[in-house]
Amino acid sequence: MPVAIDVKGLNKSFGDKHVVRDVSITVEAGRVTGFLGPNGSGKTTTMRMLCGLLTPDSGEGTCLGLDILKETGEIKRRTGYMTQRFSLYDDLTIEENLLFVARVYGMDDRRRRVAEALAGLGLEARRKQPAGALSGGWKQRLALAAAVMHEPRLLLLDEPTAGVDPKARREFWDQIHELTAKGMTVMVSTHYMDEAERCHDIAYIAYGALIARGTVAELIDRSALVTFKGEGPGADRLAPALLREPGVEMAAPFGAALHVSGPDRALLERAISRHRGDGLRWTEGRPTIEDVFIHLMRGAEDNFR
Amino acid sequence: MISGTRILAIMIKELLQLSRDRLTYAMILVMPVMQLMLFGYAINTDPRHLPTVVLDEDRTTLSRSVLAALGNTGYFDFTAEAASHAAIDAAIESGAAQLAVVIPHDFSRRVVKGDAPRILVEADASDPTAVGSALGSLGGVAEAALDHDLQGPLARDGGGGPFEIVVHRRYNPENITAFNIVPGLLGIVLSMTLVMMTALAVTREHERGTMESLLATPVRPIEVMIGKLAPYVGIGVIQTVLILGLARLLFGVPFEGGWAALALGTALFITGSLALGFLFSTLARSQLQAMQMSIFYILPSILLSGFMFPFRGMPDWAQVLGTAIPVTHFLRVVRGSLLKGADLAQTWPSLAALGVFVVVVTALAMARYRTTLD
Ligand SMILES: Nc1ncnc2c1ncn2[C@@H]1O[C@H](COP(=O)(O)OP(=O)(O)OP(=O)(O)O)[C@@H](O)[C@H]1O
Ligand SMILES: [Mg+2]
Repeated sequence: MPVAIDVKGLNKSFGDKHVVRDVSITVEAGRVTGFLGPNGSGKTTTMRMLCGLLTPDSGEGTCLGLDILKETGEIKRRTGYMTQRFSLYDDLTIEENLLFVARVYGMDDRRRRVAEALAGLGLEARRKQPAGALSGGWKQRLALAAAVMHEPRLLLLDEPTAGVDPKARREFWDQIHELTAKGMTVMVSTHYMDEAERCHDIAYIAYGALIARGTVAELIDRSALVTFKGEGPGADRLAPALLREPGVEMAAPFGAALHVSGPDRALLERAISRHRGDGLRWTEGRPTIEDVFIHLMRGAEDNFR
Repeated sequence: MISGTRILAIMIKELLQLSRDRLTYAMILVMPVMQLMLFGYAINTDPRHLPTVVLDEDRTTLSRSVLAALGNTGYFDFTAEAASHAAIDAAIESGAAQLAVVIPHDFSRRVVKGDAPRILVEADASDPTAVGSALGSLGGVAEAALDHDLQGPLARDGGGGPFEIVVHRRYNPENITAFNIVPGLLGIVLSMTLVMMTALAVTREHERGTMESLLATPVRPIEVMIGKLAPYVGIGVIQTVLILGLARLLFGVPFEGGWAALALGTALFITGSLALGFLFSTLARSQLQAMQMSIFYILPSILLSGFMFPFRGMPDWAQVLGTAIPVTHFLRVVRGSLLKGADLAQTWPSLAALGVFVVVVTALAMARYRTTLD
């Protein structure tokens, strides 16, 4: 499998704030990689370094086989980047924005491509509206359309579905998988667990360091977390009490049930045994990817704080 | 490789954004007109009742009729009688009088003889609007002033008026007010619009976050600069034509030629102002800061360039500062070319100064502009 992204030891500081620490990451071509991590962990900064928007303080590597330090011009030509914040022109119409992108990338047959993009979005009727007048979700869709119009080999999406409704999100993801089927490589940051599960694999970053890498199943297996599910009257209200017990890393209500997990089976069993008497039925479950992320975040806190 | 398509992309985008922004229209068109009116007319508050000295060497009924007719036009206010030509010179030089009327001692005699004597009207033409209409009224005066007196046997039958009025425009090159205003205003208006608008146009992209997308595309810094600035060159040219046109129509500023120097000077000044705005935008972190920097630049341009106060009247330190201001040199070029018909050879020191301004500021702007977000 050819690699689309292959970087080693990326570092970036803003002032004395070390924002990205020694990040090395390899992404195979044609895959969707989910980029997860808490707020401020350095996802946006890393993506900006990958597409030549920021110069790393140190580190090296390639994107699409091009040097990320020396060949940024060529990388930009072959990469689509969708920013976290809407960054098309509010005061230009939808169509004008797309035409602008088409011109900037020097595309041929611009009118037809823009017309196709508009048709794909279902925005033909509204093409004369200012982009700023679109609702948040529609802005995201327009931005995605703009980012893929020049048929990039690599697509970097920074929280593309923030504020997008479930149906549109599903369409979004269907589209992403269609694009990867054609050979495009996608790196997408997100805070949604269901989206993490739609990715071929995951990269998890915390405090600027890449601390986990692999498929969802691999991450769950590797975490060695133990999870119990408690059902019964009032189970959902036990979370605060359980969280105070040693060995309980996460206790969160899921509907009427309570979801408890931690790395140490013995400690966890002791903790829930105290609440067995309340008429609760405990069964062991498989940890979810969310449990794993919270576990990872805890670990990172201990390491970097 | 610089790409024409990418430059065009940015230019079209910039023009569309400009056309959507109503405030821009106001800035481009209303501001120059407004300033021209304010500055132009604030100085020529009332072009009537101009202080006039009289040297009446004839002192007859006829000469008094001529003076009365002049007085009746409303433009001439006889404030003093001069005893000699030297006194007239002094009065006009000092600004005590703006006009002077000289009636020769043989005036009546020659009128009666019918050989059309000459009356001399001297005008301090440094304020052309003010004296322009006064001088315009003279034709009628010459025709009709003596109609009443010359009747019966003295009545003339066609063949020109009974006397002539000769106008002598005095022109005091270093002490002109309205002439200073218009070229100066051109410099000020161009600075205000061009520096400020470009500074804002680029920082706006940073503030709205659109710069991130723009930088993620293959556009190069020079392409962004050209594409963004080109529409403003057009705006600068429109403003120049507007201001000069109004200067001519409303204030009668004489255009003595010197078009080559004027064109070159204006081109350099527009380019330099745009580059300066671009430089500001690479330094400013917000539109507010860009605005503050522009004002910081424009204030001394107004005060120290010779626009507001005569350059030679300023203290030495202010003259040194003023020499470092591009508007000062632009003002000299415009004044020299429009009013004196100065050509390239005569205006080269100022043109060279403007050239230095363009080169230095463009180089700084290019060096400061980043293709990354760092
Ligand atoms: N231009 C900048 N100047 C100074 N600090 C910055 C800059 N950009 C980012 N940072 C800091 O770097 C850290 C990482 O930011 P980054 O935007 O990469 O996080 P993120 O993982 O994308 O977060 P989020 O999930 O909230 O989008 C943050 O603490 C942020 O404050
Ligand atoms: Mg981010």
